[in-house]
Amino acid sequence: MTNSTVAHKSASEKRKQIAYGLTLLVVGFLIYLFFGRNTEAGVVTTFGLNLAGSQALKIPDLVVPAQTTVYMMMALVVFVGAYQLARGVRSTGLLLGILAFAFIFAFLTWAAQAKSFNLAGMLSSMLVRATPIALAALCGVISERSAVINIGAEGIMLISAQVAVVVGTLTKNLYAGLLAAILIGGVVAALHAFLVIRFKVDQIVSGVAINIFGAGITSFISSRFLQSGTNTLNNSGTFPIISIPILSKIPVLGPMLFENNIVVYLMVLVVVAMHIVLFYTPWGLRTRAVGEHPKAADTLGVNVYLIRYVNVIIGGLIAGLGGAYFTIGSVGRFDETMTAGKGFIGLAAMIFGKWNPFGAFASSMLFGFADSLQVKLQILRISIPSEFLLMAPYIVTMIVLTGIIGRAIPPAADGQPYEK
Amino acid sequence: MTHVLELQGITKRFPGVIANDQVSIALREGKILALLGENGAGKTTLMNILYGLYKPDEGQILVRGKAVDIQDPNDAIKNGIGMVHQHFMLVPVMTVTENVMLGVEPTKNGVFLDQAKVARRIREISDQYGLEVDPFAYIKDLPVGIQQRVEIIKVLYRQADILILDEPTAVLTPQEVDGLFKILQTLIEKGKSIIFITHKLKEVMHAADDITVIRLGKVVGSIDPKDATPEKLATMMVGRDVNLVVDKKPAQPKEAALVVDDLFVRDENENPAVRGVSFEVRKGEVLGVAGVQGNGQTELVYALTGLLPVEEGKIQLLGQPIHNANPRTILERGVSHVPEDRQRHGLILSFPIHDNLMLCTYYKSPFARGVVLQEKAIFSNAEELVEQYDVRTPNIYVNVGTLSGGNQQKVIIARELSRPTELLIAAQPTRGLDVGSIEYIHKQIIKKRDDGAGVMVVSSELDEILALSDRIAVMYKGRIMEILDAKKASKEYLGLLMAGIHPSETSNPQQEINL
Repeated sequence: MTNSTVAHKSASEKRKQIAYGLTLLVVGFLIYLFFGRNTEAGVVTTFGLNLAGSQALKIPDLVVPAQTTVYMMMALVVFVGAYQLARGVRSTGLLLGILAFAFIFAFLTWAAQAKSFNLAGMLSSMLVRATPIALAALCGVISERSAVINIGAEGIMLISAQVAVVVGTLTKNLYAGLLAAILIGGVVAALHAFLVIRFKVDQIVSGVAINIFGAGITSFISSRFLQSGTNTLNNSGTFPIISIPILSKIPVLGPMLFENNIVVYLMVLVVVAMHIVLFYTPWGLRTRAVGEHPKAADTLGVNVYLIRYVNVIIGGLIAGLGGAYFTIGSVGRFDETMTAGKGFIGLAAMIFGKWNPFGAFASSMLFGFADSLQVKLQILRISIPSEFLLMAPYIVTMIVLTGIIGRAIPPAADGQPYEK
Repeated sequence: MTHVLELQGITKRFPGVIANDQVSIALREGKILALLGENGAGKTTLMNILYGLYKPDEGQILVRGKAVDIQDPNDAIKNGIGMVHQHFMLVPVMTVTENVMLGVEPTKNGVFLDQAKVARRIREISDQYGLEVDPFAYIKDLPVGIQQRVEIIKVLYRQADILILDEPTAVLTPQEVDGLFKILQTLIEKGKSIIFITHKLKEVMHAADDITVIRLGKVVGSIDPKDATPEKLATMMVGRDVNLVVDKKPAQPKEAALVVDDLFVRDENENPAVRGVSFEVRKGEVLGVAGVQGNGQTELVYALTGLLPVEEGKIQLLGQPIHNANPRTILERGVSHVPEDRQRHGLILSFPIHDNLMLCTYYKSPFARGVVLQEKAIFSNAEELVEQYDVRTPNIYVNVGTLSGGNQQKVIIARELSRPTELLIAAQPTRGLDVGSIEYIHKQIIKKRDDGAGVMVVSSELDEILALSDRIAVMYKGRIMEILDAKKASKEYLGLLMAGIHPSETSNPQQEINL
């Protein structure tokens, strides 16, 4: 007998443990190299915790000694890295969370040294910026849970954004604009569903076609009808901020969560509702079964095609809501290609969120964070070119999609047409 | 005598074939009817018609004497007909409860799934019929035998009293088969009636009350199990006399073709699977590797054929080391491999037959000249092999995926055996195949042995091991328990070895017994 039967950590686990540990140590060193060395002793960094114009109770700002804080963050990362090398930490999520927190906090402390950085402002714009991403992601979740890939969210959102502003301007009623945006999203998704379910057109090809069509038709309409100086079609105004009584008074969290417009609230509502429907109702059970093993569902009398049509169309309605965000939910006018890839980032959020509504929401927040951070840093005028800062959300997308942070498994039948 | 179910004159045509031709069968109340036939005889089509997945062109279905119209599975369920499919219709990432309730979900407040109610009902059914299962286990964590129980529970949950089981034993180990037969007896005692589709002769005689044989879409006849013999049934099924035992001359073993020395292999999840295995296969003999599925046989074959890395130990082919060589090198040295998972490793299902027949040598003359494939040579090679190996197909241009399991396997056999072979490794070469195909494939394997190749056959069917082998190695938990002469081996002795018990040590109280 040999001793290889003795249970021990497999080679790949061991390798992973060392890799994560070394990564943490390297990041700790980078924190020292970039931020620690360049932070002057005795200088303070101010993190603003109040948002101008907000109803939240005022609290004192967070003022920290810059250099000490950076070194503390470095020490935290190095300590966790050493612990990981020596003993190993079970949860990779925890490791990466600590890593990201320490790095970003050190970075902000350095960037804002001797200046003030409005933390409350950044957090509150994080949720707003995450809204269209989350809605695109939710559109993907509900479609793909029934095994239909819909990469057309970008195109749907562009069309809906335009329809929202035009209808809103013409009727002088933003709710009419919102309804129109949602409905047109459903119509475009129905077209996608019809092509891929009835005619079994390749789902990616159909999705790409929708994106190209969306970009083309909205650009055409925009340049032909919306750019004229009078603005009779492209000037809708935006939804007002709705403050939720009492809750909006909470410092930091209040302005972030409870002082938003209707699109943001609806997004949160959709997240919760979709989670309940998917996991606690017959419709959700059937949807998941159709996404995993349509034949099994079929043999139990579940109508596979019906489930897919309805879910894809619901996805379209949700993406339509996401489109409305861009115009009547934020700036009140339509500009060409204003969705700027948010629909695709939404797909990344869906994958990173493992096809779960809350997962998709959380990863959208990550992208929203990268986006709002980028904006705030530009205001600080730090010594990084703004072009690089603009890349932040997309770089985060790429890192996420490499699958470093846990591989996500899609529904088993995802993308496959069903034949009886 | 009451018939709970009758099919009268069912005819179903597919483009180019008549799958069922005026088929009439009858199921007696509280009895087990075995529907026996080769693969492709039309058994499954018939049952799919009964279950509403296909619509018959002619004929009618009577449930308890009344003609019924079955348009879709819902109609079948309403008429008390339930089906356990050959390929389980279970969602792996869902729980037992979720799978059972799918399609007929009870709700709380009319909106929310009532999982607790279903779980209670599953426990009741478990107790009533002796179908032990945890309602909240995930399907993917359950062994195949238990998954089948879930399928049966699914049917019972829908209050079916006519159960159709399509090839229920194809995926089970011998122990699980015994368990299934016990369950079927309980079901009968509780008043259910069962149609049991199979091509395995012994099971039919063991379990059925009535036997109806189908061949080429037609009913050949019915027979009482008491009057049936395996030979009789095989003849009815295939339409000619079948040799159930392979004729073979004593082996003429020569020098070693394959020498394996203290081999260690980890499986795809990095767990140790093969743990110190040594053996040799000589030219002109068949070494049978027996064992219950999952005792390292799969990984052993993968390591020999270059599909998994060797952790420790040596493999020599004709004196040359081949461990951790890539699959092409190994194939070019003269190893033919009939893989266990024929659809994953043996064929490209979406490729036509002619391309599948040259997958190992596509880059060489005569199939390729430089970078250009030679269609003429590819087609004539395919025509020749299809003819020679009796692959039943409309032509050589259809996708392999459209063939029946037996014919898919024949395509693999044709490709692997038509190359010059020093060593043939055949893993589960006849799993899921009918007697006609089994007879044929066994003959080909013995022929290869007689031509002087070394042969290693891995199988979990003891009958197959005993029929083919000259020497038998039994694997248990990644090790070889014993290598013995096939002439001296008995089923009982092998069975003990397969369960990890060394017969000479059974008196030893410290021996771990895992049954």
